[in-house]
Amino acid sequence: MSAVLFFIAAIGAITGAFGVVMLRNPFYSVLALAFHLVSLAALFLLLRAEFVAAAQVIVYAGAVMVLYVFVVAYVGGGEQVTTRGALRVLGPLFALALAIELCIAMLGAGLKGVNSKGAAYAPGFGTPGSIGKLFLTKFLFPFEAASILLLVAAVGAVVLARRRRGLEPDEQLEERVEVPRPAWTGTMAEAGGIRLPIHDDQPAPGGVPVATTAEDGPDHEGGW
Amino acid sequence: MNIGWYLAVSAIIFCIGAGGVLVRRNPLVILLCLELMLNAANLALVAFSRMWGNEDGQVFALIVMVVAAAEVTVGLGLVVAIYRRRLPIDVDELNELQG
Amino acid sequence: MTTFGWLVLACPIAGTILIGFGYARWPGRSAGWIATLAIALSFVFSVLALVKLLGLSADHRQITSTLWDYDVSAGVDAKVQILIDPLSIFMMLVVSGVSTLIHLYSVSYMTFDKGYSRYFSYLNYFVFSMLLLVEAGNFVLLIVGWAFVGAASYLLISFWYRRTTATRAGIKAFVINVVGDVGLVLATFIIFQHAHTVQFLPVFHAVPLVFAHNGAPIVVACLLLLVGAFAKSAQVPLHTWLPDAMEGPTPVSALIHAATMVTAGVYLIARMHVLFEWAPTAADVGAIGGCLTLVVAATVALVMTDIKRVIAYSTMSQIGYMIMGVCVGAYSAGLFHLMTHAFFKALLFMAAGSIIGAMAGDQSLDHMSGFRKALPFTFIMFIVGGLALSGMPPFSGWLSKDDIIGFLDYRGGGFEILGIVGYIGALLTGIYTFRMIFRAFFNEPCEEAVELEHGHLHHADVPTNPMTGEVEDTDVGFPGPGHFIAERELPMKIAMSALAVLAVIGGLVQVPGIDDAITKFLEPTFANSKYVHVEVGTGSAWVGLIIGALIAIAGISIAYRIWVKQRGTSARLIERFSGAYVFLSHKWYFDEIIDFLIVRPTAWLGRVVSTGLERGVITGVTDGTASAVRAGGAAVRRAQTGYLRYYAALMIVALGGVALYFLISST
Repeated sequence: MSAVLFFIAAIGAITGAFGVVMLRNPFYSVLALAFHLVSLAALFLLLRAEFVAAAQVIVYAGAVMVLYVFVVAYVGGGEQVTTRGALRVLGPLFALALAIELCIAMLGAGLKGVNSKGAAYAPGFGTPGSIGKLFLTKFLFPFEAASILLLVAAVGAVVLARRRRGLEPDEQLEERVEVPRPAWTGTMAEAGGIRLPIHDDQPAPGGVPVATTAEDGPDHEGGW
Repeated sequence: MNIGWYLAVSAIIFCIGAGGVLVRRNPLVILLCLELMLNAANLALVAFSRMWGNEDGQVFALIVMVVAAAEVTVGLGLVVAIYRRRLPIDVDELNELQG
Repeated sequence: MTTFGWLVLACPIAGTILIGFGYARWPGRSAGWIATLAIALSFVFSVLALVKLLGLSADHRQITSTLWDYDVSAGVDAKVQILIDPLSIFMMLVVSGVSTLIHLYSVSYMTFDKGYSRYFSYLNYFVFSMLLLVEAGNFVLLIVGWAFVGAASYLLISFWYRRTTATRAGIKAFVINVVGDVGLVLATFIIFQHAHTVQFLPVFHAVPLVFAHNGAPIVVACLLLLVGAFAKSAQVPLHTWLPDAMEGPTPVSALIHAATMVTAGVYLIARMHVLFEWAPTAADVGAIGGCLTLVVAATVALVMTDIKRVIAYSTMSQIGYMIMGVCVGAYSAGLFHLMTHAFFKALLFMAAGSIIGAMAGDQSLDHMSGFRKALPFTFIMFIVGGLALSGMPPFSGWLSKDDIIGFLDYRGGGFEILGIVGYIGALLTGIYTFRMIFRAFFNEPCEEAVELEHGHLHHADVPTNPMTGEVEDTDVGFPGPGHFIAERELPMKIAMSALAVLAVIGGLVQVPGIDDAITKFLEPTFANSKYVHVEVGTGSAWVGLIIGALIAIAGISIAYRIWVKQRGTSARLIERFSGAYVFLSHKWYFDEIIDFLIVRPTAWLGRVVSTGLERGVITGVTDGTASAVRAGGAAVRRAQTGYLRYYAALMIVALGGVALYFLISST
């Protein structure tokens, strides 16, 4: 029974992986990944890692993938995916070579447990309680470090993605002039139509939105 | 199933992810392939944890998940910033960090 | 007494500094008077030093005095030290005395020259250097004085520095002098290596102890000293700078290139007589060199047409006599001739300056004639100097020149041949000296002479370089607009008269059989010489003197016949002996030989090293290293393509490689 489940989950995971790599539309890739993650959660359950499986679904498939979906929606997709150059052929080749090598390495390692079904099952193995106990005793430092890492990542993301003022050189402004952003695109503030008047001839906020000018942009105080 | 099967699956998924990184041009998809590779590592870790019978591997897998989340955050922030600058979302075009 | 020695040195250098620092501000001729006063004071102090020295007993007449330690370390004991003994006082008197008179002459000769103060500053500096040279008490200070004198000579030869001929002549003189400097310095090294001291008196005491008689070290050292002496005294083969040095103003030629600097070589050999007597081979080489120069220079002087160059070659010839004298042991004779030669040669140069002034700067004998009536005083001066030079009794040159030749005959053997050559040289001396005088002062007056007879001094419309004919101006760097003749300038007259008197009576201090003041005076210095007690018999001395007198008369009469009595003779002689004439007028082709043997190879070497070694090797190594590094960097830089996937591929390949390695190594 568990063998059947294993094969279903494994095939699902591999299919999802292939989907991520080969689907043209990045949105579909995201969905394929989500499918892959759920299959992986099933595999975790088969390995009796209940907490990890739950975390996988909630955190990974739940939060990270949703974040991805948002970004893909913002950035857009639809790219020409034809890979140029030698890597078109060499890429999969390297990957295949690596796969073979890893399989040989892991399966030929001669570890006693590889051919077995694992150690004897101890009750409470993989439960949140035992993992929590580990986190708070043996792995306290990594736990704390991980939380700091998350903080740093959050701050970094905010810094990276915010709109800056007056930091862009003039060529960016000219680029902006040459490729004017269509109306209604941009940040939420712009899209929301809240615009501070910088020219006397601009209508007051709330009026008909006009195309942005060169001054609009980094010099403009786009509200948060 | 033997633990070896799980390890084989992990290897295959890792390599699919690696191939994806080499082949795709959209940075978002490349980040997704990175996720694949991380997940493959997680699978291997949990498999080994089951093999040895202690949960250290699972703790490690959880930390990897944390790291992956952090990395995704920052990576996507970068992609958003690139998009805001109206640069093409194509790693073959973004090649100015060169010697 | 040594205080006077230091004062003698202090006066000229004070003059240099005083005039030099205010050179733009000294009005009129004041710089000249200050300089003359400085050297006159120097002369006074020399006389006082002489008086004091004579008050000491004969054994104690070599005194040293040190001011401070110059370089006392690591076995070297070089101090700022002077040695006052009869030889140095003799030289001091000659140098300061003749220099005073030449300064006096220059006061009027250089008037209106834009570089007047600069001239006197340099001239004082020269006198200081020469006095330093003769008073030095150790080798190091001697070398310092030697080098300073060379520098002063260069400064003064190229005094009119906008003339290319003058600057080239200055460089030529300096380069050849440097060759001599090298010889002197190397000789000092060898002597120091053996004697372990650089002070003169200890070295002289040590020579018989540390050197093998006529052994290689002492002979080499003396030969190197000879190189130095020959370069400074313009002996063959290092003589080519002296005729070119006539580019300097005439008083400079009188002082440096007749009376003082070129005698430094003679002084050197006389001072180092202990070494030369211990190395007879080197002394003989020196004597032969002097003899050779004597005759080569005399033959060239026969055909020279520039009046100053005739006198220059005459100087070279007479110094050949002196070198010959001091190399064979006739120290007092050689130095006696040095003194008398200083008198009459300076006189001749001064007189030449006068007639050149009358010719408005033209120095060529071809253009001068018949100045007898126009320049009577100058004519008399020329006659006095000429007779003294030719060795006519009872002038000083007769006594001194035959003193040397008499000693040579006394030493016998091969030296007799040198003596006979000396007589041949004396004949030639008479001929070329009076050729010059007869051509310039006899026969029909040239136009400048006619102008002068009517009371008007000729002035060229456009000042030109007498050698090349290039047009110049009279601003700074070129000769000034003034031309002066002795008849009209009192300072020139006084100076020349004083020298004329000395040229006439100067020989009377050493008449054989009557007195030998110079030998007696110099005895303390040469007490350790083999030849100190040599007494050439009075009879044979007088025989030599009579032969010398007859030869002088013969020379003068031959000159009279060729250039006065039978006017066309010289042209016919030139036609008949045209080959010899060309050879002599090219000065025995020494310049060409040196150019071919030394100048061209050196220039070639410079070019080869510049292009080959400098550009090829050194630039190649430095630039090559830099470009190799740059190329290496460029090669490595190609891995940084900027493409993300390329980097990812590299990482994956590397990962695979590492895994493979571990896989293989574990099996």
